[in-house]
Amino acid sequence: MLEVTGLHVAYGGIQAVRSITFHVNEGETVALIGANGAGKTSTLKAISRVLDAVGGDVHFCGEDITRIAPHHIIRKGIALVPEGRGVFPRLTVLENLHMGAYIHNAAVDVEKDLKMVYGYFPRLKEREGQLAGTLSGGEQQMLAIGRALMSRPKMLLLDEPSMGLAPIMVQKIFEVVRAVAADGMTILLIEQNARLALQSSQRGYVMESGEITLNGESAMLLDDPKVRAAYLGE
Amino acid sequence: MDIFLQQIINGLVQGSIYALVALGYTMVYGIMGLINFAHGEVVMIGTLVTITVAGSLIKAGMPVAVAGLAGLMAAVLVCMALGWALERVAYRPLRNAPRLTPLITAIGMSIVLQNLAMMIWGRNYMTFPSLLPKMDFEFAGANFTLIQIIIVLVSAATMGGLLLLVYRTKLGMAMRATAQNPAVASLMGVNINRVIAAAFVIGSALGAVAGVMVGTYYEIAHYQMGFMLGLKAFTAAVLGGIGNLAGAMLGGILLGIIEALGAGYIGDLTGGFLGSHYQDIFAFVVLIVVLMFKPSGLFGEKTGDRA
Ligand SMILES: Nc1ncnc2c1ncn2[C@@H]1O[C@H](COP(=O)(O)OP(=O)(O)OP(=O)(O)O)[C@@H](O)[C@H]1O
Ligand SMILES: [Mg+2]
Repeated sequence: MLEVTGLHVAYGGIQAVRSITFHVNEGETVALIGANGAGKTSTLKAISRVLDAVGGDVHFCGEDITRIAPHHIIRKGIALVPEGRGVFPRLTVLENLHMGAYIHNAAVDVEKDLKMVYGYFPRLKEREGQLAGTLSGGEQQMLAIGRALMSRPKMLLLDEPSMGLAPIMVQKIFEVVRAVAADGMTILLIEQNARLALQSSQRGYVMESGEITLNGESAMLLDDPKVRAAYLGE
Repeated sequence: MDIFLQQIINGLVQGSIYALVALGYTMVYGIMGLINFAHGEVVMIGTLVTITVAGSLIKAGMPVAVAGLAGLMAAVLVCMALGWALERVAYRPLRNAPRLTPLITAIGMSIVLQNLAMMIWGRNYMTFPSLLPKMDFEFAGANFTLIQIIIVLVSAATMGGLLLLVYRTKLGMAMRATAQNPAVASLMGVNINRVIAAAFVIGSALGAVAGVMVGTYYEIAHYQMGFMLGLKAFTAAVLGGIGNLAGAMLGGILLGIIEALGAGYIGDLTGGFLGSHYQDIFAFVVLIVVLMFKPSGLFGEKTGDRA
């Protein structure tokens, strides 16, 4: 479904991503793990067209999307939950969710999607009228995921949903991520919490200094001695 | 006491004009952090277009009301097109340039527009056609005219319309989202270029309405009139907290009232040394005081709602 070939990202002279190749099949959850500064966020930014790739190409559902306008990415069916959540702080929770549905016009369907999101995150319903900037970090993460779902995406790109959250909240968020996946969503999951990411995915890629150094079934990576030493703290 | 009430009324009228112009500054600033110093010139062109269109229609024998409305419509359309073109031609290519670059460009555009207006309309003062009947009213010893009432009402209605647009429509929501986080708004499918262009176009339409009001009020116009008006409206926007819609409205009205009271009392205050023609200094005293003591303005806290 998503095919990334030879993707290269640089900030001026800094090579953040050096020619990486990977793919995500329909219905799969794939983890992309790696240490700080490995180039995970840069990869997602290039796929979602927040950044221009220096080289390589990205195909989605067979279509070349490497150079399309950024605001068309979501219309192709790709929704990004950005690192640090990126909620609109001075819009209400409900307005944030409506921004997620920006590309849809039929109010009836948007109402249905809203019900679906509130089904996954009942807390958001309680906070509907509150400004998003006043939500807790966990609630903002819920909102960012809910907002992405409001676009009815074919694929979700999640950038470190566990970042800065208490373990209980991480559990809650990942329960929903697994539920969304079980309902058929294709997911590319970026995490520093490698154990959690590999436990929640079918396949995984390990990124180091801008390159993919390992890949395979998540269960296999969990048992890999190198992965255990470098990312699972064993 | 009656001079006090009189000056409050005069200030309210002048202030509603400042408020409309200030909204143009604040909308553009809120969405892209740019101070569009050419905005005062957009207002001036609105006034001069009305003179040409309404003036020639009246000469051709059209009823004044029809000519006036046609003049207003023409001014709004021309200014919207001008705002769009300014963004497209002058500012969009500089979107990623250092902040000083678009600012200098804005000053340059202001000079270009003044000269363009001078070439089209000449260097002389022009008379603005009388579009509204002259009627006077009295209240508690203060006088006011029908024109003043209409200026305040039209300004209030226009601002109400703007608030509805920004807080009740999808475009308005997209504008607020873009002001808060353009990269994420773009991920949601918002075409940032269009939203920024919309801010320019809407701000310019408000400016055109203000331009017609200025002409109707003072009955005189000139290719340089946009400069001082623009500076004062900018002051009003800063006073209210630039980037904040309610701030621009309140800042405009406050500035109008401060100026009118200042002009009313400056003679007494200085023992007759300075006359009311010194009223312009008040706007700049306000600007300096705000920048010194509360540069974020009245509503300019980080939590304020920007659009
Ligand atoms: N805007 C930028 N300008 C310059 N260098 C950048 C920029 N953003 C990222 N980098 C650099 O690119 C490299 C990859 O960064 P990236 O954010 O993609 O890493 P990451 O894997 O997401 O890390 P983390 O787990 O800490 O989020 C880093 O060396 C970083 O310093
Ligand atoms: Mg990152």
